[in-house]
Amino acid sequence: MARRLPSLALIGLAATLCRSAQAGYAINLAPPATPIAQQIYDLHTLVLWVCAAIFVVVFLPMFWSILRHRRSKGHLPAQFSGNTRLEIAWTAVPVLILVGMAWPAARTVVAMKDTSRPDLTIQVTGHQWKWEYAYLGEGVRFFSSLATPREQIYASRPKGADYLLEVDRPLVVPAGRKVRLVLTSADVIHAWWVPEFGVKQDAIPGFIRDSWFEVRRPGTYRGQCAELCGVGHGYMPVVVEALPPERFAAWLAEEKARLAAASRTAALDQSPTELVRRGEQVYKTHCVACHGADGAGVPGAFPALDGSPIVRGPRLDHLRRVFEGKPGTAMAAFGRQLDDLDIAAVVSYERNSWSNRAGDAVQPAEVAALRR
Amino acid sequence: MPDAAYYQPPPSAWPIVGSLALLVLAGGFVLLLAGFAPGAYAMAGGALMLALMLFGWFRDVVRESLSGKLNARVDLSFRWGMVWFIFSEVMFFAAFFGALFYVRRVGVPMLAEADLLWPGYQAGWPTAGPGIREGFTPMAAWGIPALNTLILLSSGATVTWAHWGLKRGRRRQAALGLAATVLLGAIFLALQAYEYMTSLFTIRTGIYGATFYLLTGFHGAHVALGAIMLLVILLRVLAGHFTPTDHFAFEAASWYWHFVDVVWLLLFVFVYWL
Amino acid sequence: MDIALDGQQPHADHPSGALRWITTTNHKDIGTLYLWFSLAMFLFAGSMALGIRAELARPGIQFADPAVFNQLTSLHGLLMIFGAVMPAFVGLANWQIPLMIGAPDMAFPRLNNWSFWLLPVAALLLLASLFVPGGAMAAGWTLYPPLYIQGGIAYDITILAIHVLGISSIMGAINVITTILNLRAPGMTLMKMPLFVWTWLVTAFLLVAVMPVLAAAVTMLLTDRHFNTHFFDAAGGGDPVMFQHIFWFFGHPEVYVMILPAFGIVSTIIPAFARKPLFGYASMVYAVASIAVLSFIVWAHHMFTTGMPVAGQLFFMFTTMLIAVPTGVKVFNWVATMWRGSLSFETPMLFAVAVVFLFTIGGFSGLVLALVPVDIQLQDTYYVVAHFHYVLFSGAVMGIMGGVYFWLPKWTGHMYDERLGKLHFLLTTIAFNVTFFPMHFLGLAGMPRRIPDYALQFAEFNFIASVGAFVLGASQLLFVYVVLKCIRGGAPAGSRPWDGADTLEWSLPSPPPYHSFATPPRLDAS
Repeated sequence: MARRLPSLALIGLAATLCRSAQAGYAINLAPPATPIAQQIYDLHTLVLWVCAAIFVVVFLPMFWSILRHRRSKGHLPAQFSGNTRLEIAWTAVPVLILVGMAWPAARTVVAMKDTSRPDLTIQVTGHQWKWEYAYLGEGVRFFSSLATPREQIYASRPKGADYLLEVDRPLVVPAGRKVRLVLTSADVIHAWWVPEFGVKQDAIPGFIRDSWFEVRRPGTYRGQCAELCGVGHGYMPVVVEALPPERFAAWLAEEKARLAAASRTAALDQSPTELVRRGEQVYKTHCVACHGADGAGVPGAFPALDGSPIVRGPRLDHLRRVFEGKPGTAMAAFGRQLDDLDIAAVVSYERNSWSNRAGDAVQPAEVAALRR
Repeated sequence: MPDAAYYQPPPSAWPIVGSLALLVLAGGFVLLLAGFAPGAYAMAGGALMLALMLFGWFRDVVRESLSGKLNARVDLSFRWGMVWFIFSEVMFFAAFFGALFYVRRVGVPMLAEADLLWPGYQAGWPTAGPGIREGFTPMAAWGIPALNTLILLSSGATVTWAHWGLKRGRRRQAALGLAATVLLGAIFLALQAYEYMTSLFTIRTGIYGATFYLLTGFHGAHVALGAIMLLVILLRVLAGHFTPTDHFAFEAASWYWHFVDVVWLLLFVFVYWL
Repeated sequence: MDIALDGQQPHADHPSGALRWITTTNHKDIGTLYLWFSLAMFLFAGSMALGIRAELARPGIQFADPAVFNQLTSLHGLLMIFGAVMPAFVGLANWQIPLMIGAPDMAFPRLNNWSFWLLPVAALLLLASLFVPGGAMAAGWTLYPPLYIQGGIAYDITILAIHVLGISSIMGAINVITTILNLRAPGMTLMKMPLFVWTWLVTAFLLVAVMPVLAAAVTMLLTDRHFNTHFFDAAGGGDPVMFQHIFWFFGHPEVYVMILPAFGIVSTIIPAFARKPLFGYASMVYAVASIAVLSFIVWAHHMFTTGMPVAGQLFFMFTTMLIAVPTGVKVFNWVATMWRGSLSFETPMLFAVAVVFLFTIGGFSGLVLALVPVDIQLQDTYYVVAHFHYVLFSGAVMGIMGGVYFWLPKWTGHMYDERLGKLHFLLTTIAFNVTFFPMHFLGLAGMPRRIPDYALQFAEFNFIASVGAFVLGASQLLFVYVVLKCIRGGAPAGSRPWDGADTLEWSLPSPPPYHSFATPPRLDAS
């Protein structure tokens, strides 16, 4: 009886396998949003039917045997122990079936690798634990970090609908255009993945990999990092906003203008209160995963900032540590990731939070000086 | 199929001694890596225990052999065992050679193509990688390494000559041949040490330094091991062990030595020369 | 097969108590040691899995924060592979191979002891790593750099433990190969050996070939970590992906190491309970050999998303699809063995049939993963987790359990409790499917692996999987009870409790004398 349960369940599910069910009990790949994803979806359907057919051909006889060829029913054993023609047949036929599947698969492989003649190229850099996007040739560059509040993760607040799949700045691309991604990493191997696109590509430090996609319809598409990269691996989602091409062009222009304005503001001196307030936001996005909301870190793995000799020591040394990172550890060089204002803010925050009472702040100009 | 029974060794404490030795050795190494200098003492202790185990265990086997307990089938087992052991060592070196071929044919060319990250880096060998600016002088093949090749090849000849001596009952020839082999091995190691100390690059010199030192370093370790084995065999020859038809331990050490020789030839061609 | 045995000498030449187990050179003793060790590791690594499933039962972080979670997943993998599955197979090899080929013991009985006693050393090192600053290794059992280079002292401990495990396996494999090639009783040609012995011969060859490669890979990790080498560092001309190539060159044959002996067990049990010879013995041997050969040229199917050139992706896709052919041949042959047999379904047979059925499902998901475009979607998701648990749990582990039930009467002289055995089987099979079948859907729906927390659309199937996991875990306590009860007593087994079993071990008393086949049996031509 128990032996039949799995097969009954399987047959039941097989009938619904091609339909993707409502969220929560989805049993198939995500609805394809690109031509490649569609090819993948169809290939998966094909192999699933082939497997189902083989399943029936192999296990129908087995279950027949289990039911009919039992000693308890008085069935006596036959004594045959081989049949060479049969062996040849059931070696050759599977080979033919495999060739039949290999052909469409190979065609899709070649298509997936063809990154030539893109309309737009974006450099994607994986960091521990966020993505960085740079629109090559446009001077637009920003980080994309998880926006889900910690309180939702640690259960003191109910979870939002896009729990763990929301970011502060999504990647914005034009729909209906061929977008090429060049990927690398700043630290360990990450992988950029959007299921609806059918794109998953490892981001390898020191190397460039590429991939491409063409989103059919405008919309918001969500994915995640797909290569274990440390404690924040589950907390660095990918969100892509596909806009109609004209709106994308407008967005790009706005971005450039915004960046120019921001760099002008960042050069000015800020009030300490404003720096600490801003610094808290920066800390919650970029630092909390290792150093903790209470600044206590993780003993033996990530140092505490509350009471830290570096944080309580000279401003410049503290600033240097944040700016340059600590090579050979997970402490990244945030000088390459954050702008002067954000670095000044987070350092100021750390110096004046928890039991740290430096009473001083760091200004953006001091950070800019390090860059020279 | 022999008539005498296949020897069943009695219960033995050497394996547990060896296990404890490795535990202490590993523990000491971990302490050392974590910054506790006294870990080195634990490592030394573990190594000593391991040496003790090897000495005691092999002594037991030698005694069993000399007292006639090991029949022809056991001898065949030893032969199979040594063959497969050497095969496992071949695979160990194959992995490092694989790494060398990979970086030269795949890795470095890919880095050279990644203009975005490493502008101006050209593929080529030897290289210390795109991030290491200082130039370096790689090891030249046709100096000491070529000499070392001659030395090891000669040592292969001397150990074969020793074998012939043993097979013909000429103990002096066997002993002399073995001594010459060990001596050549020692000279090889001394020359390698000299090369290491005077080399113009280090293990940190990018992928060239890494592959060079790990390949030649592990090889040197195996030469040392082989030389020690041959020395033990020499002592056994001098002690009167072995007969012209029954001397598997000699053959095992000699096979190992030839293996070490072949690895060197591959090293010479692919690490030093090409 | 008629067997003539020349006198069994009574032996009292071994110490008793703890000293017996520490110094033994007897293959049955050492087999017993391996099996107990494996059981202990199975339960411990299984508890880590329960920790994982407890955390994943609901979205959010409840018990295990991300740093701890990845220690659980990494240790669960390492300990199951190196502490549970491999030692169990070696234990079965130790017990059964000499008995099945009519040998007095293994070729190197003392070396055999060392192979075992190295395992507790490795286990001690890995367990100790839980308590060092920074906690245990958390980079996955696959150890990828550069993440591996960042870790604390536990990562070095893990490397050393892997070296110790490697020494144990390589020596054990050399022992098995030599035993099989050299110590078979007269008349037992290679093509007359039981299939379990064949699968172990091939497995041992794989081990001797690839464990040294793993040793090289972790040595390079060690030198990158502490001695400033640049094997896996692009700035120094190295490549993190090179580690993956070297690791998976070991890793893929390793998974066949973990399944071929299970195939051997199934090929022993099914003919016994079908009361019919194994169908296509020669084909089965060729299939095992082909799988082993092919296993060396498929490794990069674990790396389809790393950005290989098209030629590489196509090559590895084709070879991976090809390896399905000999595997399929084996499944067909098992079904043909059952066909028109005289079947009975005692516990060993239940497990063997479940292995055939469920492992094949794992094989199907493997075929799906072999197709590169589909793999791009499924790599590093729960679909892969489902796939390897179907082949490893319902393939290897259930194969081991079937073997244990099959041979317990021979080892102990008692029959185990058949009702409880069947109950254990039922609970295990149902709970296993409840736990792991939904993971196919989770992967298809987009849930990555090695994450402690997940988006809301994955909640339902994760909850179901967690419930299944706890039932699965609890059911194994029943297994422990059945084994202990059988050791303590039970109906006398006699030398041949399974009337359809015909390999050499069933000609001996149950339990066999301390030294069996001190003189080799003479086999009739048959």
